[in-house]
Amino acid sequence: MTATTAQTRPKRSLVSRIPLFEQVRSSIGLQRGMLIAGVVITGLFVITAVFAPLLAPYGFAQLRSDGTPFGAQEAPNAEHLLGTTVGGYDVLSRVIWGAQTAILTIVVSVILSIFAGIFLGLVSGYIGGWLDRVLVVVCDAIYAFPSLLLAIVMSIVISGGRSDLLGGILAASISITVVFIPQYFRVIRAETVRIKSEAYVESAKVIGTRAPRIVFRHVLRNATRSLPLLLTLNSSEALLTLAGLGFLGFGIEPTAAAEWGYDLNKSLSDVTSGIWWTSLFPGLAIVLAVLGITLLGESLNDLADPRLRGRRAALDTGAPTADNGAEPHGAGATGERIVADDASTADDEERVS
Amino acid sequence: MSAETTDAVTNDSDIVSIVDLRVTFATDGGAVRAVDGVSIAVRPREIVAIVGESGSGKSVTAKSILGLVPSTATSSGSILLRSRDRSRTTDIVDASQNALRSLRGEDVAMVFQEPSTALNPVYTVGWQIAEGIRAHGSVSRKDAKKQAVDILRRVGIPDPETRVNYYPHQFSGGQKQRVVIAMALVLNPGLIVADEPTTALDVTVQAEILDLLRRLRDEFDTAIVLITHNMGVVADLADRVVVMYQGKVVEEADARTLFASPQADYTKQLLAAVPHIGQGEARAAVRTQERLARDSSTTPVVVARDLVIEYPGRLGRGGFRAVNGVSFEIKEGEVLGLVGESGSGKTTIGRAIAGLSKVTGGSLSVLGREMLGIRERAFRSARVDIGFVFQDPASSFNPLLTIADCVAEPLVVHGRAADSRDARAQVDELLEAVQLPRTFGDRYPHELSGGQRQRASLARSIALRPKLLIADEPTSALDVSVQARVLELFTELQREFGFASLFISHDLAVVDLLADRIAVLYKGELVEEGTGAEVLGAPQHPYTQRLLASLPVPDPIEQQSRREALHRLQAVDG
Amino acid sequence: MTAELSSPDPASAAPPAVLRRRSSGGGGLGRYILVRFLLIIPTVFILVTLVFLLMRTTGDPITAALGGKLTGPQLQERIHEAGYDRPLIVQYLEYLGNIVTGNFGSTLSDNRPVTQVLLTYGGATLELAFYALIVAFIVGIPLGMVAAYFRDRAPDAFLRIFAILCYATPVFFAGLLLKLVFAVWLQVLPVAGRASTGAELQMQFLQSKTGIYLIDALQTGNPEVIGDVLSHAVLPGVALGLLTAGVFLRLVRTNLIGTLGTDYVDSARSRGVTEFRLVRKHAYRPALIPIITVIGLQIALLLGGAVLTETTFEWKGLGFQLAHYLQARDFVAVQGIVALLAVIVAVTNFIVDIIAALIDPRVRY
Repeated sequence: MTATTAQTRPKRSLVSRIPLFEQVRSSIGLQRGMLIAGVVITGLFVITAVFAPLLAPYGFAQLRSDGTPFGAQEAPNAEHLLGTTVGGYDVLSRVIWGAQTAILTIVVSVILSIFAGIFLGLVSGYIGGWLDRVLVVVCDAIYAFPSLLLAIVMSIVISGGRSDLLGGILAASISITVVFIPQYFRVIRAETVRIKSEAYVESAKVIGTRAPRIVFRHVLRNATRSLPLLLTLNSSEALLTLAGLGFLGFGIEPTAAAEWGYDLNKSLSDVTSGIWWTSLFPGLAIVLAVLGITLLGESLNDLADPRLRGRRAALDTGAPTADNGAEPHGAGATGERIVADDASTADDEERVS
Repeated sequence: MSAETTDAVTNDSDIVSIVDLRVTFATDGGAVRAVDGVSIAVRPREIVAIVGESGSGKSVTAKSILGLVPSTATSSGSILLRSRDRSRTTDIVDASQNALRSLRGEDVAMVFQEPSTALNPVYTVGWQIAEGIRAHGSVSRKDAKKQAVDILRRVGIPDPETRVNYYPHQFSGGQKQRVVIAMALVLNPGLIVADEPTTALDVTVQAEILDLLRRLRDEFDTAIVLITHNMGVVADLADRVVVMYQGKVVEEADARTLFASPQADYTKQLLAAVPHIGQGEARAAVRTQERLARDSSTTPVVVARDLVIEYPGRLGRGGFRAVNGVSFEIKEGEVLGLVGESGSGKTTIGRAIAGLSKVTGGSLSVLGREMLGIRERAFRSARVDIGFVFQDPASSFNPLLTIADCVAEPLVVHGRAADSRDARAQVDELLEAVQLPRTFGDRYPHELSGGQRQRASLARSIALRPKLLIADEPTSALDVSVQARVLELFTELQREFGFASLFISHDLAVVDLLADRIAVLYKGELVEEGTGAEVLGAPQHPYTQRLLASLPVPDPIEQQSRREALHRLQAVDG
Repeated sequence: MTAELSSPDPASAAPPAVLRRRSSGGGGLGRYILVRFLLIIPTVFILVTLVFLLMRTTGDPITAALGGKLTGPQLQERIHEAGYDRPLIVQYLEYLGNIVTGNFGSTLSDNRPVTQVLLTYGGATLELAFYALIVAFIVGIPLGMVAAYFRDRAPDAFLRIFAILCYATPVFFAGLLLKLVFAVWLQVLPVAGRASTGAELQMQFLQSKTGIYLIDALQTGNPEVIGDVLSHAVLPGVALGLLTAGVFLRLVRTNLIGTLGTDYVDSARSRGVTEFRLVRKHAYRPALIPIITVIGLQIALLLGGAVLTETTFEWKGLGFQLAHYLQARDFVAVQGIVALLAVIVAVTNFIVDIIAALIDPRVRY
């Protein structure tokens, strides 16, 4: 997009270009703590996934070493630091390998839904009219529907409800994608509709800029600025949905990959007999991974929103603010940014143009 | 207690005395001193205006009197506030939260800039007034409500017995401000701090609110600290004026003295920058002469005949008619000033001419193209000849592109340059034309001030040498001194490039400065049109008369006589 | 955005704010309710269609359920009997027609009408959702107010992390942990189920059985039965409730911080209103409108969570049945239950939106 406009720009120092560096620097107190905790936990999660083959003592589907079976429901011991499952797998290994499955699912689902969601949101928001209304109703309907149920339906469609190979990851990812598209759609569309009425887009129109150029040069990049936050929050949701699917028996077979939700499902009966290690560790893995990603997303959200940012940036606003900055009631104070960019935002802008 | 300090004399009889106040904010960029050693004293029944531009610290000073500064601020110095009956004196700077709470509303109250946001939308106004009463002593609900009705009547809300149960959205903007004032008044505090109380209002409504504020002093014996940037308002209301600049007091004088013989350079500049009605007449005459001499058979660039613009309602509900049967012309090289208050339809007309709003009836011809039912494809070729300057400098540039990229856009879009680098030479010329340094081209919009951005916006709008420039309130978001420079630039550019222009503004004085002819809109209809001399010199339509009379002029003596004229006009009206 | 963007008078911004609200609903509350009600139809239609298309484009349910168990010809015969060999569009229209008349099909595995499954098990899910909402409201809303009041201070930090943990913990893992601690180790609460066998027997003979155990238990008037039913409800209610509580807490906190920064709160402060009252009255009520709207959307989360919670605690409700039919690969039942849930979600959202409108005087008048 900006390939044509390469030119001298004030260069920022190299350090400050490291992603998140700027955010860490500008944060204070609690927010800084949350951000750093998020970065560290997420980093650990990614490292575990990448180096799973090195870190895990056994394979995820390994049942015996040197010809001797591990044994089922072994309590944690020197051989098996976190014990073994009812199926005779090593818990520690499956927890570590599970990170890989989780990350793969997150990456695939987020990438798929981002492209579809952004495209639909941009087109729908910019063009408006009937196409927009239909898409909004469809996406709202899907959005209001329990995402887990939708994912179940999708996984039935894709894999007949049972996945044996690594294709199971793809099945899970696509199921989750369908759930997420409406979310990206809503956010991008709302942003597009807002930006469409910004003076710089109107001024592009007045100049006679054609729609594709307006969309790509002016709207797209401004509309996607809030995406990193949504991305982190959706990653954690993808993880939870994957685990939920696994828990209901729609996950990946233990011989194909390690999946935390599946392991928890198998540990259901263990709990009643007081066997705690088979459920505790995969569960904790999910909690930690989601916690890390959510902390990251939440603190980025806070830092991006001046209303929520640490109270350091108050200035004399004794300006004659005779502009149209007056917001209608509540418009600036509504909804949680991510959870609910609710439909009313969209309706409000209906009268534009 | 009569202590003397270096800066000011604190006097028992003062309702509030601020001595050497300093307020510092912690920001991302380090500590910022918003108020720097300010000393002000306000006597009972006195209206003291604190004037200054953005960043002068006037608002922070005023809010400090109520202890309403954000918790990121640290204050030093003293603010001695006395209750009306002198029974208690509190130093606000080191008062406890509880002490502050108990004096807010009782000893000092505040009127906010934005009446529509200062009222809680989900409670009735009566409830909100009563709440303030009940926060300061045990008063029964019934009595509190009675007091609320009473105070609403006294601030001029008709039928207060019914309206006390209304929600804020059921009042008009001016009435909302009356309610806000009623809330401030209800416990009869000795001092009211009014922070830009009329900035958000139309000029005719502003005149009414100013009258009400004057009555506060006359009937309620209340002292007022008035924060404003509008010198006309100051001239109309203030007894004494404090001029602030960058956190310091640069001049303090009695209102008449200040306007008659300002001492500080800053005050002189400020006063000189304020546009006056009547300044433009001579200039307009010269321009018209020049234009007629150039070309006597000028063809109109824009012709509107019985123009109607409606916004559609939803789901088959009736639409909103923003413009209703308006006819006017803009000739080549002519500046038409379009004046009106909020909801008059002036912006809608500007947007329709630029093809941003749909024309729904009558006829509008722009550069020879009929806009009724036109398709974007057919209009695109005309866009080369149209420039547009938007009101809000903050949002008129894509924040991700440099100023040079933005200014180059029209050149690139219309194939005058391959890309923005190729256009750079032209961009530099344009920036020079609007008196911006070339290096500003490499900056991003947020790195420029509002006035600079508005100049860059002008540069972009004239990049294609348009025949028509639409300027939609280009200066209403700017400080007075910045406004003056931008208006001057506009005049120069217009002379140099000779474009026709529709200049939209709510401010008669601004339009008078640069328009050849003035059209006055009222509720979607054009009520009067003519040269500046005709419309402003001898207005025919009652609305124009009222609008003109409502506009406060920056001269206390002249303003007083104008005020009386307005009262006569209002008496005739009803 | 509005007709008049330019003028400095916010009065021009204020009336459109009203106008907008109204324009989406019509002239007043009655019209708003009507329009909002009509919107249910496309929503349900879309979801039902989506579910049908997704489930049926991939094959017929009989092959999915019985494939491999029956021979080819037998399978074909069953498919023909059930009409699954007709064109898809015919089946779709029939399906739609059935839904309009309230017929969501019959299960394959035990041949029961889906509506009957709902009547039998819906009460249990409703009951669970009720417990969860109570926990969520009691925990989430006051704590959200506390967090906003102590913004950026220690209690806020603690509560925010608590909220994130609530959200980050999958409801079935929370359930497992609660079970392990309270039912297995401490043995103070039952492991699973909705009531013990004895209590269920007593309720079995009631004249007006509702299927909602709490009401049935109250009807028996036997304190032991009531106690038994309640003790079974604690763990599932808390597990599902905490998930929702985390969301409520964040929601209340964010919205309150938003409204606490508004002019009208400052204005009330300038009238000497106490800080506590500022949060409790001035900030809370306006914040409530978006909060309620979002709570409506949380119904979906709650239902999804209910499926998992019911599986964890063998709570025999709709979600438990759904999981059961999934295991049995009875996709007719799955399709029916999912479509039915779509209707429930749409209707609940409608009710929630009406409540939000009732709170907002700008819609009411």
